[in-house]
Amino acid sequence: MSARDRILGKLRQKMPSAVALAPDVATWYATHRPVEGATDKARRFRHFIELAHAEVLAVTPANWLSTLREVLRSKGIDKILVSEETTHGCAVLDEFPRQGVDCQVYNMAIEAWKTEMFNATPASLTAARGAIAETGTLILWPDPAEPRLMSLVPPVHIVLLNAANIYNTFHEAMLAEGWSHGLPTNALLISGPSKTADIQQTLAYGAHGPKELVVLMLTEGEQ
Amino acid sequence: MSEHTLHFNPSKGFRARSKDVVDNPFLRQSFRGAMDFLMSKRAAQFPDAEELESLRTLGESIRQYNLAKLPTLLEQLEANLTSNGIKVHWAETPDEANEIILGICQQHSARLMVKGKSMVSEEIELNHAAEAAGIGALESDMGEYIVQLAGEKPSHIIMPAIHKTKEEIARLFAEKVPGVDYTDNVDALIQIGRNVLRQKFLEADIGLSGVNFAVAETGTLCLVENEGNGRMCTTAPPVHIAITGIEKIVEKLEHVPPLLSLLTRSATGQNISTYFNMISRPRQPGEKDGPSEVHLVLLDNGRSQAYADEQLRKTLQCIRCGACMNHCPVYTRIGGHAYGTTYPGPIGKIISPHMLGLEATKGLVTASSLCGACGEVCPVKIPIPELLMRLREEAFSPPHANPSMVGQGAGYSGLISAVWRGWAFVYRSPGLYRLATWLGSRLRWLTPSRQGAWTSVRVPLKPAPKRLRDMLKERG
Repeated sequence: MSARDRILGKLRQKMPSAVALAPDVATWYATHRPVEGATDKARRFRHFIELAHAEVLAVTPANWLSTLREVLRSKGIDKILVSEETTHGCAVLDEFPRQGVDCQVYNMAIEAWKTEMFNATPASLTAARGAIAETGTLILWPDPAEPRLMSLVPPVHIVLLNAANIYNTFHEAMLAEGWSHGLPTNALLISGPSKTADIQQTLAYGAHGPKELVVLMLTEGEQ
Repeated sequence: MSEHTLHFNPSKGFRARSKDVVDNPFLRQSFRGAMDFLMSKRAAQFPDAEELESLRTLGESIRQYNLAKLPTLLEQLEANLTSNGIKVHWAETPDEANEIILGICQQHSARLMVKGKSMVSEEIELNHAAEAAGIGALESDMGEYIVQLAGEKPSHIIMPAIHKTKEEIARLFAEKVPGVDYTDNVDALIQIGRNVLRQKFLEADIGLSGVNFAVAETGTLCLVENEGNGRMCTTAPPVHIAITGIEKIVEKLEHVPPLLSLLTRSATGQNISTYFNMISRPRQPGEKDGPSEVHLVLLDNGRSQAYADEQLRKTLQCIRCGACMNHCPVYTRIGGHAYGTTYPGPIGKIISPHMLGLEATKGLVTASSLCGACGEVCPVKIPIPELLMRLREEAFSPPHANPSMVGQGAGYSGLISAVWRGWAFVYRSPGLYRLATWLGSRLRWLTPSRQGAWTSVRVPLKPAPKRLRDMLKERG
């Protein structure tokens, strides 16, 4: 008999015969978490992610690119990793090289350029799929256009978030988008730059992931 | 290499190790300060008592529901992971788990394994097994990296290096990391660790991680962390091996948000961790990064013994937040190393007997004042004090034919049992009781002046010269 069969056999023998009542998660959220409008959700999201040391900048379709340029300039960064398969990535690729910003694209498997990714990629831009107001959290589903390491290895990670995609809670986000019917290879919740308090409970940023997280929060039209 | 291995008897030497810590004012200050910090951080996350209570009740019901269906869910998880392309392995013992993991390493001719924080990998002593097989196993969580560098073990399940001051860490880095000068600036120390480990993430052949929740319906492995090393270990190397105990399963994805909220708020007082990493597949065609192979090792190691008993099964509700140790007056005074087990503190006292047997752990279950703090703060309402009482009974009652635990009766003593039986007999018969107390008050000069541990810091116990009944009689 295999270890699998022995373990399952032992458990099955002692499995309770009565069926346990299914936990009512939805009711708990309905009675304990507010459902807010767009402005309040955006405010709550911003409050919590800023508490976790992220920078949030409100942008519009008209000015997000110049704001991004300003962010890079203020941090003294002259190279950014972008996707050539997304509209926002292409917008950067159209503008930035002639303004003197070196644009790196993620157009081949990591094995071909791992050392450069780890040692010579100071910043990256990715989109967020959405966000969660309750905890100040970004939702990312990395894909072939914007792969997993893009939001992890560069010391500065800049995220473009459409403020219309902010959910009240994690629970609401997974239900509204039907996550249980299909998750990607990797789904991520990101709530600030990488950090640790492992040395004498002293908080330090930039443990292994990005040292800085900048959110460009995009709203249509008004500032 | 550490001298604290799982192979020794934690009960043996428990008193001596505890005394060492209690006698060390620096260590006591470290633990006291750290526990006060963690307790106040947690309290700040739960300002609303009703919300906390109802969320704990929900957390408890989620864990109990999933444990009730455990074997079915394990099969569902296996089927969904397999169809997602993740290979599932089963291990009954630590040795089997090590064999599986090292076998995968050898298949890939691996030389370096980077590890995210995993208490189950500590439980199986993977680092020693890897070393013996000629494979480097490097801890990448900052706290774990520090204790590994010092040749020690974690003293806390969430904050592994909680027993060390920054000055000690500064000396350790200056001594052990090539090209590093002494600095006790915490930011500088973290950057030193970051730079060393970045190079290792780049070079590693294998990434190893634990699992916080495994979701059966989607075939997803969830990891909670702040540093990003967990994401590094599960994304940068070509092969990812995850290891978990068989109990960490939930059926529905929907069960995850409440447990995640309870976990991070109870553990470190954060409303959420920096990263919540959900892995469902190895790298797919067209994807440009991520491991091309993902494995999951499911470990039993005594958990099925706890499962077999309705009361002891509650031990498996644990989501490993560490709040019970943060609030434990015993843990705060003796620290994590004194226990001599992978899991210290109240949760360690109730889970370790299933992993190591009661013979080796019988001393641990007595190291409690039963103040109840652990049970009160447990986010999934494990009745820890009740389980401690049960384990005391298992350890100290006479050995019987159908034990529910390995090592049942290991602490049984015929003499102690006879003394208690005699005491009970005397207390049940008024005449004998009167005679005994009369003798006590007359023969009090016979009581020894040295009464073991009691008189090491206290005056000896002596029966009163006059019995209560005599005093009452005098007052009329």
